[in-house]
Amino acid sequence: MKYAYYPGCSLSESAKEFDVSVRAVMDRLGIELSDIPDWTCCGASAAEPVSRLMNYALPARNLAVAEKDMGGMDVLAPCSACYLNLLKVNREVVADRHLHGRVNEVLAASGLTYRGEVRVRHLLDVLLNDVGAAIVAQKVTDGLAGMKLAPYYGCQILRPYRVFDDPGKPTSMEPIITALGAEVHEWDCGNRCCGASLMVGHRDVAMRSVAAILAEAEGADAVVTVCPLCQMNLEAYQAQAVRMGGRRVPVLYLSQVMGMALGLGEDGVQLGKNLTLTAGGRKRITTRAWRTEVQPGGEAGRQEGENNLNKGASHV
Amino acid sequence: MSDVTSQTWTPATDEYQAVLAGLRETVGACMQCGTCTASCPNEFAMDISPRRMWRMIQFGMLDEILESRTFWLCSSCYMCTLRCPRGLKLTSAMGALKRLARLDGSPRARKNGAFYEAFMADVEANGRVQEASMMNGYFLRRRDPTLPLSFIPLGLKMLSKGKLHLPSHAQRGRLGPMFAKARQMEVGS
Ligand code: SF4
Ligand code: SF4
Repeated sequence: MKYAYYPGCSLSESAKEFDVSVRAVMDRLGIELSDIPDWTCCGASAAEPVSRLMNYALPARNLAVAEKDMGGMDVLAPCSACYLNLLKVNREVVADRHLHGRVNEVLAASGLTYRGEVRVRHLLDVLLNDVGAAIVAQKVTDGLAGMKLAPYYGCQILRPYRVFDDPGKPTSMEPIITALGAEVHEWDCGNRCCGASLMVGHRDVAMRSVAAILAEAEGADAVVTVCPLCQMNLEAYQAQAVRMGGRRVPVLYLSQVMGMALGLGEDGVQLGKNLTLTAGGRKRITTRAWRTEVQPGGEAGRQEGENNLNKGASHV
Repeated sequence: MSDVTSQTWTPATDEYQAVLAGLRETVGACMQCGTCTASCPNEFAMDISPRRMWRMIQFGMLDEILESRTFWLCSSCYMCTLRCPRGLKLTSAMGALKRLARLDGSPRARKNGAFYEAFMADVEANGRVQEASMMNGYFLRRRDPTLPLSFIPLGLKMLSKGKLHLPSHAQRGRLGPMFAKARQMEVGS
């Protein structure tokens, strides 16, 4: 299986560990990713408030390049915002002749045109429906038995288009988590908004959402995400979130967790890049510390791990 | 560079009218059930609930709409769009309200829209967003000397994890022609 890979800006910058772990995991699963040549920004959620045309033309440019140069391969986007923007072109632009014409007029300024023939896929969709949980399970070399993971889906892979999951009650990560040998933390916050870019201009508002989500993660060993913005919001503001009733918990990309189970090791998935994961927290994960915690006296191990996490936070 | 950008993409009244007409069409069928308001995670911080906002659009209460902070608090979670029994594209409506306020150009709109403007200026210049230069552009637009301070903890965390780096110029200028074309089409529409 081969895909036209659209990493997007976040994965080339602050979410490098997402990019590195996705590529490594896909390689391990026998999937070939080939980057869209000279891909450019999709506009994230910043284009719509500024220009309706650019909101469509920015993602359309990348689909046009994939259509022209990559033989109509499916486009794989790991970032939720990229995925939705690319998908929106297929759903809203191609279906509307007038808008399609206008977007192509903008693309023509760069010598491009988009006919609408490229399928847009999210990482989770490909893992679940093209690879399948059974194959993932087969490739596991170092299972995560005893680890409880809280699947966090965020908004944009679920809504407004219902593609591969139930937007009100998503479950698509569960078969993968189970395939890794881990347990699913049951909660209602998996599809709750993290505040997205409100964290920049209206932090007090976004913090309410982050604190509420982190509070519900009580009992999980880690929250698992598939979006760089969710990851950043849930991970980087935990000190403030704790003051508002949230709980400190490691936040990891799904691909990092998968990589650990597939034997890629701590460096292979770049655990060192996670913002609030301290040396202690990392050790807990690499040594599978939770395995011993079910034994009597295991509480001590958990206690120590948390202290380490707290210590790390006070440094920053 | 960025100043030129914001000045040349100026409020043409035609564009303003087009956004307004689009908005009226988007929420025209609202039956005021309130499901959108009940679904919104940020409603607690809004001065006008989403449901009331659609009513005000139907009534053309433009001044009151532009004074509201409601649409600036939309985080594009699409929960209202998912649940609206009339199937209205409410998240796009919130986006259109942001565009309308931008064209109106009040100080409040400049402040609230600063992040989006900085982001787009960076995309236009660099082809791919460069986080450090984009945030710098945001601080400049906000003209609030204390604002960068609130980002220092995050900046230090990113620094210690090796996540801050110099801008890449690999795609610099690649999107210039498309931005110019769109600007010309939207002003002239
Ligand atoms: S959910 Fe839809 S119909 Fe109900 S008030 Fe909101 S916009 Fe109107
Ligand atoms: S999309 Fe915006 S208005 Fe709608 S529920 Fe989400 S935050 Fe509220």
